[in-house]
Amino acid sequence: MSTATHKLLRGATGDWEMVIGMEIHAQVTSNSKLFSGASTTFGGEPNSHVSLVDAAMPGMLPVINEECVRQAVRTGLGLNAQINLRSVFDRKNYFYPDSPQGYQISQYKSPIVGEGEVVVELDGGKTAAIGIERLHLEQDAGKLLHDQSPTMSFVDLNRCGVALMEIVSKPDIRDAEQAKAYVTKLRSILRYLGTCDGDMEKGSLRADVNVSVRKPGGPLGTRCEIKNMNSINFIGQAIEYEARRQIEILEDGGEIDQETRLYDPNKGETRSMRSKEEAHDYRYFPDPDLLPLEFSQSFVDELKAELPELPDQKKTRFVADFGLSAYDASVLVAERESAVFYETVLDKLANRARDGKMAANWVINELFGRLNKEGRDITGSPVNAEQLAAIIDLIGEGTISGKIAKDLFEIVWQEGGDPRALVESRGMKQVTDLSAIEKVVDDIIAANPDKAAQVKDKPQSLGWFVGQVMKASGGKANPQSVNDLLKSKLGV
Amino acid sequence: MTDLTSLTLAEARKGLADKTFTSLELTDAHLSAIEAARVLNAFVMETPDRARDMAKAVDEKIAKGEGGPLAGIPLGIKDLFATKGVRTTACSKILGNFVPTYESTVTSQLWRDGAVMLGKLNNDEFAMGSANETSCFGPVGNPWRRDGSNTTLVPGGSSGGSASAVAALLCMGATATDTGGSIRQPAAFTATVGIKPTYGRCSRWGIVAFASSLDQAGPIARSVRDAAMLLRSMAGHDPKDTTSVDIPVPDYEAAIGKSVKGMKIGIPKEYRLDGMPAEIEKLWSEGAAWLKAAGAELVEVSLPHTKYALPAYYIVAPAEASSNLARYDGVRYGLREQGKNIIEQYENTRAEGFGAEVRRRVMIGTYVLSAGYYDAYYLRAQKVRTLIKKDFEDCFAKGVDAILTPATPSAAFGIGEKGGADPVEMYLNDIFTVTVNMAGLPGIAVPAGKDAQGLPLGLQLIGRPFEEETLFSLGEVIEQAAGRFTPARWW
Repeated sequence: MSTATHKLLRGATGDWEMVIGMEIHAQVTSNSKLFSGASTTFGGEPNSHVSLVDAAMPGMLPVINEECVRQAVRTGLGLNAQINLRSVFDRKNYFYPDSPQGYQISQYKSPIVGEGEVVVELDGGKTAAIGIERLHLEQDAGKLLHDQSPTMSFVDLNRCGVALMEIVSKPDIRDAEQAKAYVTKLRSILRYLGTCDGDMEKGSLRADVNVSVRKPGGPLGTRCEIKNMNSINFIGQAIEYEARRQIEILEDGGEIDQETRLYDPNKGETRSMRSKEEAHDYRYFPDPDLLPLEFSQSFVDELKAELPELPDQKKTRFVADFGLSAYDASVLVAERESAVFYETVLDKLANRARDGKMAANWVINELFGRLNKEGRDITGSPVNAEQLAAIIDLIGEGTISGKIAKDLFEIVWQEGGDPRALVESRGMKQVTDLSAIEKVVDDIIAANPDKAAQVKDKPQSLGWFVGQVMKASGGKANPQSVNDLLKSKLGV
Repeated sequence: MTDLTSLTLAEARKGLADKTFTSLELTDAHLSAIEAARVLNAFVMETPDRARDMAKAVDEKIAKGEGGPLAGIPLGIKDLFATKGVRTTACSKILGNFVPTYESTVTSQLWRDGAVMLGKLNNDEFAMGSANETSCFGPVGNPWRRDGSNTTLVPGGSSGGSASAVAALLCMGATATDTGGSIRQPAAFTATVGIKPTYGRCSRWGIVAFASSLDQAGPIARSVRDAAMLLRSMAGHDPKDTTSVDIPVPDYEAAIGKSVKGMKIGIPKEYRLDGMPAEIEKLWSEGAAWLKAAGAELVEVSLPHTKYALPAYYIVAPAEASSNLARYDGVRYGLREQGKNIIEQYENTRAEGFGAEVRRRVMIGTYVLSAGYYDAYYLRAQKVRTLIKKDFEDCFAKGVDAILTPATPSAAFGIGEKGGADPVEMYLNDIFTVTVNMAGLPGIAVPAGKDAQGLPLGLQLIGRPFEEETLFSLGEVIEQAAGRFTPARWW
């Protein structure tokens, strides 16, 4: 593992270092809400997924959804974190119409998950370890609709009470690239675990980013929190802007006000939302409606045993088993769907030990390249894993050359079909019949006596002959046979 | 027919089983009594049609031999219990005409067992009070008066409507709730029997919350046996309340008449207050003597942290209340007072909807949970609570089966007589009862005598967790010795 060097920002008074910590709110994948039986389905008619508990009717009581607890424990295990066998739910008190109880049930002093660590991949094959401070369970709020009436705001409580995991990092992040890599990695782990769908557009994953700047190695500066970021790119932009803003203030002799800010992606700037003085006093106290959450180590062990293979483990395995480069392996495991696709290709291959690495190259270069070009993702690929495996089998067994394979890939992409049948029906098979190739080789040597004479002095010109033969055979001649034949005929 | 109202629940059960009278007749008798006693203001909502329908339905079941343990028994329900289709207000203006679409677990169990609902009973607003004077429906009259006086007295609170209605023979029993003494103090003021079971014995689901860690439902009834019968139906585990406890509900009635011989009764010296009326002192000694005569052994015990209980209670209970009452914001149900923005709407709604005592407690609760004060108040109160609990545990560990104390420091007082200038004067009513809530223990108040002015006084027995049966056995000994007390009808 190579250690990360991070980006410093150059100011008038020299270099500045960014210190960044993040709170990620990840909506838990579960059928029902954290403390009620109401559905968590996204996009229902407003207020169609609201139980008496969610609406905070008089006398209603919360009952913990055990699946949400399991999801939080799974996530904690995926983050290599301490699982707390006893945790406590607290009430965070504040008035707002999206919070019918007048408080959010959260975990304050005793979270379900403690310290952990995530290793993130950076450009140039570097990595950085980002510490996890804690993960706790809490209720999501409802949504206010301000555009339904000129005089009133409406409230939709469908999201109200859905379980969130708040994942708090340590202030270990040092620049925008690391921040983006951290969110990317965390999202990937959550999606592998199936504990959060990671859909940032729908708001299933949102980040609050704390940014401060300091002289490298110096004491920590005052931080500002940028709230509710729902795009990895915006997170990067917001951090860059915010750090620059703070440096400018400090270099002008000013001080940073600790405050909450919002990022405006249209203007590319952050602006103040509320100051520290305006911050709420949430009056946290243990929720007397809920007993402390306790479970046994064996409960944790069982979940651990059932945990799926996570990106880091998968990457290590791909490198060890198929000789993939660390970089290629990272690309394949970054998204769960990509890894699944690659592994399906591997499953379908006739000889995966021989062709596993080639399959990786094909998935990354041909398939991803083509998908990117068309702005599609892997789930919408016109070439499925079975088809791609067949193409690779055809190359691996020597039935077609790599060049023909690219044509074949194009045909499958455009028209679909069974690659092996296509090779047969369209006469794309590689020619390995020596007598057929020999005829072509003889013709070309005969037509180019000057060049043939030069080959002995300039062996590199052999390549020209190979090219000519391949061209004449329509790419179907076996390049190795052509090479061998030319060498013996030309006496190289 | 009016004599039907003077039966105990156990007597009525026999009469119904023997077909001496029907549930409809029994129900009608009580409905007439309610109508004649409106001056007491015990009921805030009468549901005669529903009562008769329920009675008729249960009469059919009884005829088929399918009646449950409470078949045909007409009851009153404290307005803190959500009743499906029947207005439920917690006697607060802020709930307006709120009609729940759901039935509280406790009341649904009573209906399951065949009981009949006569209506909803008055209580202190959100159960905050000790005299039933904070209700938005006005105060409740105690059927008891001082000898030779026309002054209307309070029935205690917060379950004042329940106690008054049971004592005035308006219903055969009533549901009540107890957060700091709200069952036991009104029972003592009205010569009725009230038991607050162990925390977790009854489900809190569907009961308007005051202080979640202290609230517990229980019955107020005309006799110890009646209370035992009612509690059996009210108690039980409920998966919808995770603080309710999953242990079987015993047949409490079987504890009635069981020998108390050899039981160790603790007399806590810290409950002997300076300036305590001699009558209370005398009552307490008398009660101890009765138990001794029945074969129990008396031991002096110490509960050293008792004196901190009331102040700690008045931190913990308002803290939880301030949060529990945040949901009454005028957004989804109940009263809404418009404002020019959401904050103003909150302020207007809550200022208009909550009475003075509720506002006071919300403010106290908000204060003690605030940053900078939390450790000094809330956290310390919780530590005190742990110590109070430990006092009792130490006591029970020495083999004590139950603890005998006075139920209240005085008999009932006149409406408006107490707490006008200093709320603490009113809070002191709970001095003997709050410790029990703080420790989550069961406590029963049983009528034991009268003061010099002819007003009833009660004794309290505190038991080990989930040993309500011991309290019923001991309570019945006191009941037998003291006799039963019925107020002279003046309404």
